[in-house]
Amino acid sequence: MNEQELREAVIDALTEVAPDVDPTAIDPDTDLAEQLDIDSMDFLNVIVAINERTGIEVPERDYPKLSTLNDAVAYLEVQAQGASAS
Amino acid sequence: MPSLGADMESGTLLEWRVKPGDAVKRGDIVAVVDTSKAEIEIEIFEDGVIDELLVAEGTRVPVGTVLATVRPVEAAATTGPGAGRTPSVRSQGASAPPRPVPVAPQIAAMAPLAPIPIHDGHRARVSPLARRAAEQLGVDLTTVTGSGPNGAIIRSDVERASSEAVSTPAQRPPSPPGPPPPPPPASPRPAPAPSDRQAAMREAIGALMARSKREIPHYYLEARIDMSLALEWLHDANVKRPVNERLLPSVLLLSAVARAVAEMPEMNGFWIDGAFQPGRGIHLGVAISLRGGGLIAPALHDADQLTLDEIMAGTRDLVQRARAGRLRSSEMSDPTITVTNLGERGVDLVHGVIYPPQVALVGFGGIRERAWASDGMLGVRPVVTATLAADHRASDGHAGSRFLTLIEHQLQSPEAL
Repeated sequence: MNEQELREAVIDALTEVAPDVDPTAIDPDTDLAEQLDIDSMDFLNVIVAINERTGIEVPERDYPKLSTLNDAVAYLEVQAQGASAS
Repeated sequence: MPSLGADMESGTLLEWRVKPGDAVKRGDIVAVVDTSKAEIEIEIFEDGVIDELLVAEGTRVPVGTVLATVRPVEAAATTGPGAGRTPSVRSQGASAPPRPVPVAPQIAAMAPLAPIPIHDGHRARVSPLARRAAEQLGVDLTTVTGSGPNGAIIRSDVERASSEAVSTPAQRPPSPPGPPPPPPPASPRPAPAPSDRQAAMREAIGALMARSKREIPHYYLEARIDMSLALEWLHDANVKRPVNERLLPSVLLLSAVARAVAEMPEMNGFWIDGAFQPGRGIHLGVAISLRGGGLIAPALHDADQLTLDEIMAGTRDLVQRARAGRLRSSEMSDPTITVTNLGERGVDLVHGVIYPPQVALVGFGGIRERAWASDGMLGVRPVVTATLAADHRASDGHAGSRFLTLIEHQLQSPEAL
């Protein structure tokens, strides 16, 4: 998956968990939990939804690396490349 | 119209899921009702056959209004007069003006029938619900013939005896004695629009919390709990799990509360009519904030009997259904103690307001790294502040303190949760 596809996957996952969120209004560099008012249950559901869309399993210790939209996409890009390279 | 929480005064019947002649079992969903907070699926609480639907879809009626009549299974076969009964127990005549908070009877009515104890004595067996109904209706149990297993007296027997005693036609609707029950409004009202719901929810929460603060002599305790062991255990467990089976720290907190409550029955139940009524089962009300504002605290049933995985699945399910408006009536009426995990939103501790008629609320602040002195050493530990708001009529600070200590102990043995 390329950067654009990963970005769409993350936004899809976010809007699935928080249907009232306007995807175009997400600030890509602001903390998602604060910006979208999501709690740990919501965040875990986002991780699950990302896994369903990309096949990437984010370990618990890496959760902080997905705190903003841009960070999440960058993290997933690295994981996706690692998966395709191996 | 059942009371789906002490803050509910009326509800709009949105949809019937059954029609006359349908056979229903206890727990079946028969209707969808819109309260000020959410759309709730109404479960029926006894077996039988739907006799008549008395309220039209789209109609708003007060709590206590009879929605439909159900013919019990055994009576449906014989079809004698007096066979029809009313599942939503009360119709409101002149002597019973709309009561703002008739919670207790509805809770009793919505709760599942307790198993009837088996003993060999000659004394008539009486179910707890029947005993309570007899007290409320002033029925002498020695005059009642039981129709339950082995001749046990069940609630419907008491109600039948009561209605016969006051020579009320047992088939109450369509012609109840005295002035008619609140008539359905002439024009059906649609479910409120979202903005109306916001306002209605604020009003409902406001009324209930005002009542809590007015009536309940709260006392407050707090305890700081070292979460090192619990979180280490949790991280180790989650490493081995796929993403969709991972557990959250809140699951440990809920389990710890449920297990502690099992040893502190005075924290689990209701204060009704000047007396404490212990809850039957430990049903944790899990406070869930709704996106866009507002709050709902549906029951995680029998939480002390659940594994961590079941609590995780149960809370995930409750959160999703709370936000999608798919909660069930028993989840609204059953909680015996509430847990709020407001720490999720960043605060260190929460001084809760008890949800009447419950007698206790446990709050958790955020789990934070703190300087922690232990064994003469200063270290950094993940710490959560647990608080208890409890009803001083039902318990004292000594018991409350013990309760928080029990919660702490549970969290020091996470493998046992």
